[in-house]
Amino acid sequence: MPKGYSRPQTLIDKPWHFCPGCNHGIIHRLCAEVIDEMGLQNQTIGVGSVGCGVFSYEYFNFDGIGPSHGRAPAVATGVKRVLPDRLVFTYQGDGDLAAIGTTEMVHSAVRGENITIIFVNNTLYGMTGGQMAPTTLMGQVTTTTPGGRSRNQAGYPFRVCEMLATMEGAAYIARGAVYNPAQVVKTKKAIKKAFATQMAGLGFSLVEVLSACPTNWGMNPIQALKFVEENMVPVFPLGEFKVTPIEAGV
Amino acid sequence: MEVVFNEKRCKGCGLCIEFCPRKIIALGTKMNDAGYHYPFIKQKEKCNGCAICAMMCPDVIIEVKGA
Repeated sequence: MPKGYSRPQTLIDKPWHFCPGCNHGIIHRLCAEVIDEMGLQNQTIGVGSVGCGVFSYEYFNFDGIGPSHGRAPAVATGVKRVLPDRLVFTYQGDGDLAAIGTTEMVHSAVRGENITIIFVNNTLYGMTGGQMAPTTLMGQVTTTTPGGRSRNQAGYPFRVCEMLATMEGAAYIARGAVYNPAQVVKTKKAIKKAFATQMAGLGFSLVEVLSACPTNWGMNPIQALKFVEENMVPVFPLGEFKVTPIEAGV
Repeated sequence: MEVVFNEKRCKGCGLCIEFCPRKIIALGTKMNDAGYHYPFIKQKEKCNGCAICAMMCPDVIIEVKGA
């Protein structure tokens, strides 16, 4: 049990633009806590995304880049190849990573680029008003699937972790959630392992975090967390899908 | 030990209230400048400083001092 709690130094002290109860705040904080604990604040470069996570460079107290929609893994590849001693990670949502940025995500894993992706999956496009994303659940109502997602029209949800775990270049692939304190602790450990995997030079790492979007789901924050637990976890099972042991360290 | 809420930045989501193991946090009747009701600790003597409220707060407004 932690004794005392204060804001991580890696987070800039300013209010966030997220909606009430949005899990982005928890995930931002976990990234910052891990970077604090690993002492990497001065050698981290963050790559943002387009979506609700777009302002991540405004909130993290290290250098950040805002790439084009979905191209964060390509930008991170360039940064990491030029500055191989830095911790380079991207912070992307499901509309960014699993839709327009699928090519960049898949091929950075195929090449085994030594970068980390933090992938926030909230089953829809949050910033633009709740449209269907590739990760939308079957039957889920969004603004572009008012009758619920159907197989004939939109196919099936996209499971990113399961796909990437089959690739040789991927070193650490895990899926976590933040719907209760126990899951928050597990997700923090997964993020720490992913960053440690990168710093050990083992290859591509990705942590998917299931996140609630109370505003676009039309729920209150507590109901939204229950929706993650009861409806998302059966479709997107939690756990580590690929682990490459690190000889020294974490 | 003291739990401090940065009331100005609270958005009243209620996650701290839901996950407090001792159920000693409640939303107050006052509003902050943004128009949200913010929480307070009803029974300070029952708080053991576990910091689970801080762990679940999406806006990082809770600080647990000392222990």
